[in-house]
Amino acid sequence: MVKMMERNLDGRELLASTLVWSAVALVTATFCWLLGDIIWHALSHITWTFLTTPPRNAGREGGIGSILISTTLILGVCLGVSVPIGLGTAVLLAEFTTDDSLFGRLTRRSLDVLSGVPSIVFGLFGNAFFCKTLGLGFSILSGGLTLACMVLPILIRSTEEGFRAVPTGYRLSAAALGLSRTTTLVHLLLPAAVPGLLVGLVLGMGRAIAETAALIFTSGYVDRMPESLLDSGRALSIHIFDLSMNVPGGDANAYASALVLVVLLLAINGTASWLAEHWLRRRIVTI
Amino acid sequence: MRPSTPIPGIQPWVSLEERPACCVPKPLIDVDQLSLHYGQKPAFHNVTLSINQGCITALVGPSGCGKTSFLTSLNRLTDLIPGCRLSGRILLDGLDVLAPHTDVIRLRRRVGMIFQKPNPFPLSIWKNLEFPLREHGLRDREQIAINIQTVLRDVGLWDEVKDRLHSPALALSGGQQQRLCMARALVLSPEVLLMDEPCSALDPLSSGVVEDLIVGLRSRYTVLIVTHNLAQARRIADYAALFWVQNGAGQLIEAGTAKQIFEEPRDPLTAAYVSGMRG
Amino acid sequence: MISLGSNTSSRWQTDQLLLWLLRGVAVIAGTIVLLIVTFLAMEAFPVLRHVGITRFFTDPSWHPAEGLYNLTPMLWGTLFATVGSVLIATPLGILSAVFCHYYAPPAIARPYRRLIELLAGIPSVVYGFWGLVVLVPLIGAIRPPGPSLLAGIVILTIMILPTIALMANASLTNVPQQYVRGAAALGLSRWATIRGVVFPAAKSGLFTGVILGTGRAIGETMAILMVCGNVVQTPDSLFSPIRTLTANIALEMAYALGDHRAALFVSGLVLMAMIAALVAAADWISHGRVHG
Repeated sequence: MVKMMERNLDGRELLASTLVWSAVALVTATFCWLLGDIIWHALSHITWTFLTTPPRNAGREGGIGSILISTTLILGVCLGVSVPIGLGTAVLLAEFTTDDSLFGRLTRRSLDVLSGVPSIVFGLFGNAFFCKTLGLGFSILSGGLTLACMVLPILIRSTEEGFRAVPTGYRLSAAALGLSRTTTLVHLLLPAAVPGLLVGLVLGMGRAIAETAALIFTSGYVDRMPESLLDSGRALSIHIFDLSMNVPGGDANAYASALVLVVLLLAINGTASWLAEHWLRRRIVTI
Repeated sequence: MRPSTPIPGIQPWVSLEERPACCVPKPLIDVDQLSLHYGQKPAFHNVTLSINQGCITALVGPSGCGKTSFLTSLNRLTDLIPGCRLSGRILLDGLDVLAPHTDVIRLRRRVGMIFQKPNPFPLSIWKNLEFPLREHGLRDREQIAINIQTVLRDVGLWDEVKDRLHSPALALSGGQQQRLCMARALVLSPEVLLMDEPCSALDPLSSGVVEDLIVGLRSRYTVLIVTHNLAQARRIADYAALFWVQNGAGQLIEAGTAKQIFEEPRDPLTAAYVSGMRG
Repeated sequence: MISLGSNTSSRWQTDQLLLWLLRGVAVIAGTIVLLIVTFLAMEAFPVLRHVGITRFFTDPSWHPAEGLYNLTPMLWGTLFATVGSVLIATPLGILSAVFCHYYAPPAIARPYRRLIELLAGIPSVVYGFWGLVVLVPLIGAIRPPGPSLLAGIVILTIMILPTIALMANASLTNVPQQYVRGAAALGLSRWATIRGVVFPAAKSGLFTGVILGTGRAIGETMAILMVCGNVVQTPDSLFSPIRTLTANIALEMAYALGDHRAALFVSGLVLMAMIAALVAAADWISHGRVHG
């Protein structure tokens, strides 16, 4: 047949390798710079007093005690509302609807859209619905409920994964024993799907803790210790935002708060991927 | 030897003597004391074998005796498997295949391979053939078109696909996919073709078509074929080599002309294996 | 009707009860999107009625206090920042995934993937903060003022890179090993295999990752608010400050009243429309309607 031209393949191959390695070096360097910078500036500030005392002088002094309490309360409201709804929806989608049923398709599609909604839009919605229409005002409750809407898709998706990971044989043999679907669900499927639920829970927690934009006009800015769920409370992420943007001289405490937030999130995401790998035996992409 | 009795459904064997002489027996590949380990586990041990140019050599033997591993070491596809170690020597027309400085890309162009499961790329039929040609430096569009048409005719696929050359290759039937894979190997005009049970994933009809193609390659290419189908080996091969697991590793038991292996096996294992086929 | 034992019938009732309970809950989950759109539309309605849609694009400027509602500078801001970051993050993210699969020794691939996962978990306010205290002064030293489109693009790039890289990684994992073996057997080089075989096979996953990343870039608020300077203007260079649609909402919502507030909800609707278009695009791709 035809003689082919010999050509230097090494040039292109070398170029590709160089590109790949430099991309990786760039990403790694940026990451180290970012994390290194935060740790470097923050480490000396983080003490037990910092974590427990409330902020003073607009946050320049004092700690983040009340902020952590508010954050926890917002998170509690968020999960308290979203977990039952998410679990119920996931059970319905995984166990009681077929993939091509209209109801299932519509729900899934709407959750897909929900997962893409920008957080600031959740903020607008929360402000209009929870704060104004339901009359909850700027409060921990409004913020938590807004975040609940936001974490639902992620919670439902991984819980559903958990149910789908349960072998079909379980359901068939339970049905063959004449067990009701409720019994099957409670005694057989739910325990088996716990890992998926946990992964969803942890991922949702991470999403909620990281959130800022959805909370500015729902849970508000007040940095005092909240007395009830109807008080306004400042979340950790908002605290960082406020210190760095609106408080001159707040950088030191902003760094320290940022490190606390990053460490919390790394712990949460680490737990999620550990759970996913060891219990669920499948990888969940944490995005 | 007992006279052979035809198995129902398979054509009576052509007597080996009646086969056209494929070639002057001139070794193209010399394998010397070749061993392969996956980690600590040996796949085959101390294989020494010559493969003659322009002939079809069949590698037979039970599953797990290292035939496929042997095949993939000839084009150094073993490089892709982490923890895989080769020792010994392979000479391809004087080229030291296993030497670290050997250009594996050029080597693999000279030694084509067909896999058990057809593996066309998820591209169009045309792109499946054009892409390797371009990567190996053929840029002339007209020449590319001529080459592609020639190989598609060679594998008897041209009339079947000429109207849908730009549709996805994965939409072809299994037999057509395998012939496309043969075309893809042939379009690079290799000297040697390695075939790893090329018919075993196909239905009997497609399998027959592919087998005829392989026979048509005789004398133009040096073909090594791994097969579990002894009847097929007997139908198409000029030379045969029997692998067997001994002491936990694959060993070459006996090699020779197909006539000798199938009709006058020297080793009792060969005799047993070959007669096993005769039932 | 066949008569059932009382036990069986009560069990049947429990099942029905459970089913309706689940349906109720799922309806709540499924209607949140509708609720969001409804409330955005309701809040936006007054201004849409007085002012009309066209004035959001034709007014001379964005001065809501004076009744001028031109959103185009913010739209350009969002567009430039998004396109810029997607253009940079896509190659970096995909090359990162390629690295993990085809270039890195196993001892490096795993930690590197972990690192990308860590990056994905860092909250946007921390990226914004780092941008504000490190990146902005750096850019300001090269060309003042510092807070700029460029800073926004860099921060967004870092933020969406993990999204793209993780999706790309997942889709490369799904490329059948036999393609790679087939390509090696044809004597194709590593890069030729990746470009000619792996990318086409992983195409739809790669696209989906880019679309997810784009969605994240469009919706990002805090980080971009912190580094972009927030001047309402159509940027004329990489170094000019910009304001995006999202930042605009975050900045003005606190004090906006009446038509001004309604105008912010209009920008919320615009964002929703962009996201809906992206979801539709992702859907179209994942149904394999993209062929090379």
